Amino acid sequence: AGISRIFGKVPLSLSQACLVGSDEGLQQKLAEAVLREKKSFRINIRIATSLPLPSEGDHLRPRIDLIAFMIDIKSKYSLRNVEASLAYVDASFFLGKVCFLVTGVGRLNCCSVEMSAIWKLREVYSSPVLFCELELEGIRVATAQRLLRMLEICAGLIPGVSALYFGSLMSRSANY
Amino acid sequence: GENTDPQRIAFLLRKQWTLYSVTPLYRFSNAHLRNYSRLLSAFIAAERQKGWAVEVGVELDIKVAVSSLPDLKGSDQDHAAILVEVRTSQKTSEEKLIWSGWFCSVCGDDFFENMPEDFTCLPLFLTNGAESYTAIVGSWFQKTFDCCFHRLAISPLNLSWMAAMWTGCKVDKTASAMELIFSVPGLLQPLDISYAIHPEDAKALWDTVQKTPGEITQEEVDIFMDCLYSHFHRHFKIRLSAAKLVKVSTAIASAHCDGIIKVSLGPEIGVLAVVWTGRLLCPLAETQA
Repeated sequence: AGISRIFGKVPLSLSQACLVGSDEGLQQKLAEAVLREKKSFRINIRIATSLPLPSEGDHLRPRIDLIAFMIDIKSKYSLRNVEASLAYVDASFFLGKVCFLVTGVGRLNCCSVEMSAIWKLREVYSSPVLFCELELEGIRVATAQRLLRMLEICAGLIPGVSALYFGSLMSRSANY
Repeated sequence: GENTDPQRIAFLLRKQWTLYSVTPLYRFSNAHLRNYSRLLSAFIAAERQKGWAVEVGVELDIKVAVSSLPDLKGSDQDHAAILVEVRTSQKTSEEKLIWSGWFCSVCGDDFFENMPEDFTCLPLFLTNGAESYTAIVGSWFQKTFDCCFHRLAISPLNLSWMAAMWTGCKVDKTASAMELIFSVPGLLQPLDISYAIHPEDAKALWDTVQKTPGEITQEEVDIFMDCLYSHFHRHFKIRLSAAKLVKVSTAIASAHCDGIIKVSLGPEIGVLAVVWTGRLLCPLAETQA
């Protein structure tokens, strides 16, 4: 499918992020927040409920620079959906081009997903986990800014900082 | 404990208990239970004088009894449960139990390593009866022992554990169905889905999942629930895993996410259910308090 090859695409000056998750409304809001931010490069955000992406238009699609998987700990289904989608991502993406956005941790009384499952994802896929209550506007804006910065790095637009280097920085700081 | 006198435990069966978490009590002593009974009775009488919760035209004498239940605890290290009963006695008729509440500790041995002296740890408080009495009794305990009460909610994760634990218990053929109630978020009008499962089917499923009798792992609970969810999805095309589990009801006991439990069978199975539930909720109680 489309995501499976990073290097098979002609690089454009457009960078592209893909948000994968079962809550389309929240994904839409986050995408809008990212697009509203002031930025010096062109970005495109693709929203998908699951992977693989449909294969039509494969040849027209620019490469994906960053995949953000969204999990709501209030919904067991959102975790299962992400777990199933991860199987369709090429291994090379896990060198700094994948992250997990976890919402709902502010409401422990409604939690359907145990924390150990989230830590396991972080370990198995060597990708950072960002906890963000995306329903709150302030946090949504802050998360959008972080994603924008990550996207800039993953698209190779920051000289001297590669996605892999940044990814390893994030995982080192998470252990302290 | 194993040598529980069934009579003493009968009080907790077939009643709905509302759960609270309690911070450790300062300078509470089993030796003063009679005093506490007297003081609490006086406190309630004084509050009623002030005009609180007065039922028009009814003259009631309130009698409080605070007692210890030495067998109701999870391990030797746990403090014995403390039962508070509020009874009315009218001159013309018998005493009537109008409110009861009990503190318990079923935390197990590791929990108490760092507990300072002078503090008694009874993190779970269960009440049955009018909310107004719960407030009065709670307020007296807070003033007297410098502790805090908070309503305890039960997450869908913990409710799933209870569903698995209680399904694993052996019950007779006339047992009622297991029922799971889900609430569906994000709709204009709230929607509740009730999923009833034949108790023998549920037990058969659990038996194939559980590897070691007497032990339950998170993984086993996940598999059990996933099987139930996919069975439902196959028939109704609805993903229960995206909804919120709000109530679990089995022949042994039931629990609601607002922090309400009811134990139906007993005495041994009932007590076991309470100890398991308490063990599940006690660390929770410690975190929330």
